[in-house]
Amino acid sequence: MTNPTFPRGMTRRSLLKGTMAITAAGLILPAHMAPAQAEPKKGGVFRVGIGHGSTTDGYDPGLWDQLFVQTFAAARHNYLIEIAADGNLVPEIAESWDSADGATWVFRIRQGVTFHSGKTLTPDDVVASLNHHRGEASTSAVKPYFDPVTDIKVDGQNVVVTLNAPNADFPYLMSDYHLPVMPGTDGKIDPTSTDGCGGYVVESYEPGVQATLNRNPNYWKAGRAHFDQIVLLTILDPAARLNALMTSEVDTIDQVDPASISLLESRGVAKILSISGNAHYCFPMDARAAPFTDNNVRLALKYAFDRQELVDKILAGHGSVANDNPIGPANRYFFAGMEAKAYDPDKAKFHLKEAGMDKLEVALSAANAAFSGAVDAAVLMSEKAAAANITITVDRVPDDGYWDNVWMKKPFCASYWGGRPVEDQMFTTAYQSGAAWNESFWSNEAFDKLLVAARSELDDAKRREMYQEMQRLVSFDGATIIPMYNNYVMALANTVATPEKVSNNWNLDGFRCVERWWFA
Amino acid sequence: MTVLVSVIVGLGLSFVIGLAARAALRAAAPARHRPMFRDMPLTASFGLAVILAYVVVAVLAPVIAPFGEGEVLGDQYLPWAAPHYLGTDKLGRDMLTRLIYGARNTVGIAFATTALAFVAGAVLGIWAALAGGWMDQGLSRLVDALMAIPALIFSLLLLTIFGTSVLTLILVIAAVDATRVYRLARSVAQGIVVMDYIEAARLRGEGNWHLIRREILPNAMAPLAAEFGLRFCFVFLSISALSFLGLGIKPPTADWGSMVRENATLITFGDITPLLPAGAIALLTVAVNFVVDWQLQRASGLKE
Amino acid sequence: MTGIWRMIGQRLLLGVLTLFIISLVIFGATELLPGDLARELLGQSATEETLAALREQLGLNEPAPVRYWNWLTGVLQGDFGVSMATQRPISELVGARLGNTLFLALYAAALSVPLSLLLGVLAALWRNSVFDRASNALALTVISFPEFFVAYILILWLAQTGLFPSMVRITGATTTGDLLYSAFLPALTLTLVVTAHMMRMTRAAIINLMASPYIEMARLKGMSPMRVVLRHAVPNALAPIINVVALNLAYLITGVVVVEVVFVYPGLGQLMIDAVTNRDIPVVQAIALIFASAYVLLNLLADVLSTVTNPRLMHRT
Repeated sequence: MTNPTFPRGMTRRSLLKGTMAITAAGLILPAHMAPAQAEPKKGGVFRVGIGHGSTTDGYDPGLWDQLFVQTFAAARHNYLIEIAADGNLVPEIAESWDSADGATWVFRIRQGVTFHSGKTLTPDDVVASLNHHRGEASTSAVKPYFDPVTDIKVDGQNVVVTLNAPNADFPYLMSDYHLPVMPGTDGKIDPTSTDGCGGYVVESYEPGVQATLNRNPNYWKAGRAHFDQIVLLTILDPAARLNALMTSEVDTIDQVDPASISLLESRGVAKILSISGNAHYCFPMDARAAPFTDNNVRLALKYAFDRQELVDKILAGHGSVANDNPIGPANRYFFAGMEAKAYDPDKAKFHLKEAGMDKLEVALSAANAAFSGAVDAAVLMSEKAAAANITITVDRVPDDGYWDNVWMKKPFCASYWGGRPVEDQMFTTAYQSGAAWNESFWSNEAFDKLLVAARSELDDAKRREMYQEMQRLVSFDGATIIPMYNNYVMALANTVATPEKVSNNWNLDGFRCVERWWFA
Repeated sequence: MTVLVSVIVGLGLSFVIGLAARAALRAAAPARHRPMFRDMPLTASFGLAVILAYVVVAVLAPVIAPFGEGEVLGDQYLPWAAPHYLGTDKLGRDMLTRLIYGARNTVGIAFATTALAFVAGAVLGIWAALAGGWMDQGLSRLVDALMAIPALIFSLLLLTIFGTSVLTLILVIAAVDATRVYRLARSVAQGIVVMDYIEAARLRGEGNWHLIRREILPNAMAPLAAEFGLRFCFVFLSISALSFLGLGIKPPTADWGSMVRENATLITFGDITPLLPAGAIALLTVAVNFVVDWQLQRASGLKE
Repeated sequence: MTGIWRMIGQRLLLGVLTLFIISLVIFGATELLPGDLARELLGQSATEETLAALREQLGLNEPAPVRYWNWLTGVLQGDFGVSMATQRPISELVGARLGNTLFLALYAAALSVPLSLLLGVLAALWRNSVFDRASNALALTVISFPEFFVAYILILWLAQTGLFPSMVRITGATTTGDLLYSAFLPALTLTLVVTAHMMRMTRAAIINLMASPYIEMARLKGMSPMRVVLRHAVPNALAPIINVVALNLAYLITGVVVVEVVFVYPGLGQLMIDAVTNRDIPVVQAIALIFASAYVLLNLLADVLSTVTNPRLMHRT
């Protein structure tokens, strides 16, 4: 099987090593850009209307949680490592990285990079930036990444991170949006500062309203950050976002309302960018609570609704059917050949019978806070399930307080995941027994063992086998219904140009639209 | 152009409905009520006809509706053609059926809510005006305090705390509305309690309850009725605004307020689907208020 | 006249009491809401450990009465504190937005109050005429559409055709003239939303008086209908009209969050919703007090004006 996102024939060494040699093409002169395509042009004010942002947004990188702050961060900051549009890791502040055993990681820090304030970036700044997320008192959301880290230290121009066990995917974690490189003083960063070393310098920022940034004249990257100015605007209402684009108040919007995609396309005023990634919508069941303790009940529910109908009606076709698998087609070890689950009321009835029931009644709690269209999706599932003698009562709950009051509290509810670039990260976060965000409270010994083993397995073929077995376990034994992968759907004014390949790792070209796109 | 044509057609149609309804009412009314309908303006007969039609639709919803309330029948956004005369919604449910069931749910809830708000608000308001002094101040300050919290945020707080069943929805919106009614009732009643006939009644030794029922309420009826007509329609809007925040009536129950919200983005492209539930609300609003106006006119004793 | 001053004094004192009650109600209600600031800030990524660390840092571990007391003593000394979520001073956070909110409210009021009074008086004067019926039906139709719906239609007609901008952007360089232009659509939306209510109350209040003996008298004396309405009916119908105007003005200040969202207008409503969903209690409290003050003052004004225009009420106060 060929894999679109990871070059074949990777050796053990190359799995652990990132250098300019592999990735130069992806950075300075993107190889995926067809020669015929025009060179990116410089200039213009790029205005993005984003459906997120709140007046309570802060500056602390450990608390970033949505698209506005993520894109704002990508505009002003650099990271150790960047995930290129094709899914490969490319150097950013780390010039290269290497590990002999997967447990000790050496990152070589780029020289000659300066912060907006004029300060020169040193390995000490990197250590301070990482340490912000580490330790007892840290409030960072990515603190769990650093739990296995026993030591971070400077060695000349290198930063050396030591783990308590091998992890072949550690560099992927270092590309996380929570981990920008910020200037440090006495080993600490100032989490309220907007100073960074990215392509744009902050001119003004009003949380929940807008951020304006100007091009960094001293930016170290060539062929990046083409706009003179970036304006990020919070526009929460989907119709208001559409209107802003159609009246040329903004040049790009995210999260286009599925119902209006075809209408917008037919207008010809904008182009739709629909990117399939690993993001998925899901319905976790509490595997500890009856009747979901019985895998036959879980399977009955998995066969009792029409996945294609959800893709057609909730996503307007901008997505694809998922087979209760949190690992998406954009992941390296995606198990594409797994047996699919079609809508089959008879099979659902069969599994009910196996569980010793002839009918089933469950309540499904949903709010559109979980994902846009969650309540409608629940209604559609409930309609189809009736044919299998399953009564799903849709309990619409308030958006406000959803994640605190319903998610992981009610036995059957709606949820979503942005998808993770690495399988290990996804499984460790939400499927390992006892994980903090294991939303279905599913626990499977065989799965847990495989997960730990795969992390330090350095043979690619074996790793693939292990991850595929884990996907099969989650799909056919797990307690999470995952009906669909949702595309990232953006709308761009006709004047906006993008590289041929747009990243499927997160929305807005992996938040990097500000740096990778230009005005034609 | 199409807008103009449909407005003209609509006006013509309303005119015919009004005429027909007036004729029918005159013929059908018992002899002693007949004079009331003789001078009835066309607007009022039109209003009565519409209200009657809504009530019939609401009561007979399961009989009239071609499909089941939450039944998913086919593709989303089907065009207007048999068997889906008004097309389908975004989940592929029959739009006409949803509208018919919506009449039942929405009108029922709106009526219950408004009635509750008026009983509570008007009685307390008039009583406060009549009693004056300490009681009046205490109640009025409490109402002030409750009103000073924006309605949407107040409802959000209450519904999040108490849950979102239909009953709590009715109680919460009624409570919020009652404060508005209280204020109006109190200020109207304040103008009345200083009238000579109230003084006279007091001197006769009439009790507060008698004063409210026999002397004040009849004289305060006009502004209260006008307010009722509007408040009734505001309930639809409250439900619609609440569905903006993810609260409101639970699916798959159909209600017009949420239906407007669900389809609202389509209006950006000039699609008229969202106009259907909004139009249903507007038509009822206009009808109710036409009848209220007619009664106001009768109550005021003005002839022309 | 001293009665009036005494009443104002009394009412101001009571207003302070009202504010105190509101601060208690809001604090209590937000305490009852499930979840807290730490939980909301961390969102889906919260773990017990990070929650505990953040709660400690934010001072959320103190019991509720202590936190309320700390807040109250701060406010009494004129210090509204800092936003718990952003650590920015609340006065700074609220200041600019309060200006925006008042601007939009005044803009909409300047359009809607004269319009609705004029329409109301004319409708009462020419009652049952085509004008009366048409303005009535039109007003009712507009009022029965939800605010966001009116806004979308205005955008469809007036913004997509390029006449007015579909959203408001306020930067340091925005002049009042720019703002009047770019905020026209939100102001117009609000005007449409509140006009019907005020217009209908005006009409009803005037018609209610038209059968009174003294109006009959004036008419019998041969006064023109216009004079009868303006000189005799309107002054006596002022109390309910003033009340409904005050109610709608207060609404324009406190209840426009939906319009703010649709037109991306940075006002207080959106700030309050954000603060409620994030459980940022000091910010919620500060805005609630601002809204409440607006309410109390407008209602006081309405009561004073009603009393002044109805001499019979004077004797009771």
